[in-house]
Amino acid sequence: MTVTDTAPLKLNGRRHAPSRAGRSGGRGLLRHVRRYWQLWLMALPAMVFVAIFAYFPMYGLQLAFREFDFSAGLTGGDWVGLKYFRQFFDSAQFWTLMRNTVVISVTTVVVGFIAPIFLALLVNQVVGRRRKKFFQTVTYLPHFISIVVIVGMLQVFLSPTSGLITRVAQFFGATDVNYLGDTSTFVPVYVISEVWQHCGWNSIIYLAALASVDTQLYEAARIDGAGRMTIIRHIDFPALVPTMIVLLILNMGNVLNTGFEKIFLMQNPLNLGVSEVIATYVYKIGILSNQFSYATAIGLFNTMINFAFLVITNQIAKRVSNTSLW
Amino acid sequence: MRLKTLRLRTPGDIAFTVVLGLTCALLLFLTLYPIYFVVIASVSDPTLVATGGVSFWPRGISWFGYEQIFADNRIWTGYRNTILYTVVGTALNLAVTLPAAYALSRREFAPRKVLMLLFAFTMFFNGGLIPMYLLLRDLSLLDNWLVFVLPSAVNVYNLIIARAFFENSLPEELFEAATIDGANYFQFFIKMALPLSMAIISVIGLYYLVQHWNDFFTGLVFVRTYDKQPLQIVLRDILISNQAFAGGAGGAGATGGSYAQQYADQIKYGVIVVSTLPVIVLYPFLQRYFEKGVMIGSVKG
Repeated sequence: MTVTDTAPLKLNGRRHAPSRAGRSGGRGLLRHVRRYWQLWLMALPAMVFVAIFAYFPMYGLQLAFREFDFSAGLTGGDWVGLKYFRQFFDSAQFWTLMRNTVVISVTTVVVGFIAPIFLALLVNQVVGRRRKKFFQTVTYLPHFISIVVIVGMLQVFLSPTSGLITRVAQFFGATDVNYLGDTSTFVPVYVISEVWQHCGWNSIIYLAALASVDTQLYEAARIDGAGRMTIIRHIDFPALVPTMIVLLILNMGNVLNTGFEKIFLMQNPLNLGVSEVIATYVYKIGILSNQFSYATAIGLFNTMINFAFLVITNQIAKRVSNTSLW
Repeated sequence: MRLKTLRLRTPGDIAFTVVLGLTCALLLFLTLYPIYFVVIASVSDPTLVATGGVSFWPRGISWFGYEQIFADNRIWTGYRNTILYTVVGTALNLAVTLPAAYALSRREFAPRKVLMLLFAFTMFFNGGLIPMYLLLRDLSLLDNWLVFVLPSAVNVYNLIIARAFFENSLPEELFEAATIDGANYFQFFIKMALPLSMAIISVIGLYYLVQHWNDFFTGLVFVRTYDKQPLQIVLRDILISNQAFAGGAGGAGATGGSYAQQYADQIKYGVIVVSTLPVIVLYPFLQRYFEKGVMIGSVKG
């Protein structure tokens, strides 16, 4: 086996043309598998895991259109069409959930998108390699703290009786604020802590783009008498635009994907009016109260909107700026 | 570095430098101080912490929090479980991801385009929570420790960056030379590709490791038995559900008056330190790898 196998390898540059031609037919595939069985074998475990744990659940999405039947399992219930979607759209929760989800995710996307750009432009101005390195290292340290610990820190810092931040706010004249139990402060607390945790990390990719700017541009600008702000505005910022577009498209694909874990952990009876989002609702309806079909329908609705946003943003970006994911 | 010779030309630039320095100092403070405060609060007198007596250094040293933590079996069971899931999980992740990434990096592997598309699609579209839950139930993975390891065996993002690395940094001549010497794909992968790719192995290994270490969702949704729960679930109970005391006695902190709450808070500060310490201690040594991962990842977006 190994002898026949290694023989074609050194010729792969020339030899694989016929096999590609035969790829369309089943026999061509079989021949390809036989010749490159080692590559197939190496890719196989990943293919199996993705098939089982990513594609099989997608197949299970039909549950959204079926009545869940405990004895018949995932795909055995009767078809009910759009019943559960209609139930969701008609439910009293629908508009609250949509509003909360959109408010939290859009604020996070917008602020979380802008902050790393500013941070990168700032870090890039720091003179001296070691100082720059130190600054970067510090700013993305929080990225690796777990969500549970982050929310735990928020709780002790924002405690209405003894929290550090509460006391600082009181010093500046704020009175009796329960930041985690107030409907008007939930979103700011969520977004600011998101930025605190991830801004540094998300700026790395922009710093890479800035590092590749041709230094001659800076020199030329200097000779023309440009100040540092002018250089940032006319050289650094434009250099970031392609990266910004790609990241914006990716972010738009998550526009209804609020972080389940963090919101779930930050929820309490006082803030539930603004903190219940689609993801947490699916968990409560599906896992905690076993309404599997209904929860699947809500989840599918969420995924479809995200996917639509991703595709639309990608198309717009392609037309406007020639940058796109596919 | 070029800018150094050119800086401080105009009055605007001088003002700029001053503002820049102040902003950077402020950002450093805002990032580090909360973490530093947790550390000093964990060893200070709880009453002083609660009344604002502790700000820049520990005061009234008290080890009460750590004594409670070391006597609390929940934390050590959680720790043991998390280490087990992290070690086994990361090993499986690498064993599955690296060979697949290598196969997908080979141009003669005809299905690679289709496969990449199928893999990448799962980044943007998924079956959602309930079909996953029912699938795991059918596979008897609910309340089974393998649920921490198997469903997350492949992370497509990590697969993509590993593939990009193999594609861009293994010279084709090396492969040709090895095949002339009679090496097949397996041999080349084990003897040449892997040793030359320690950078990417460290990067995605660390990504996977952090992912397992911080995994809270799996335990929350798919596991019932407390003895199997990872550290993050235990942390949730202590930090957020306010069950700071192991026996539950006096742990009704929310209603138990501010005195009990102060001691509960000290336990919380200590728990944050104990659970985050491994990451923070390793961090300075590992951070260059993390960064490298983002750079490689950005090549193929």
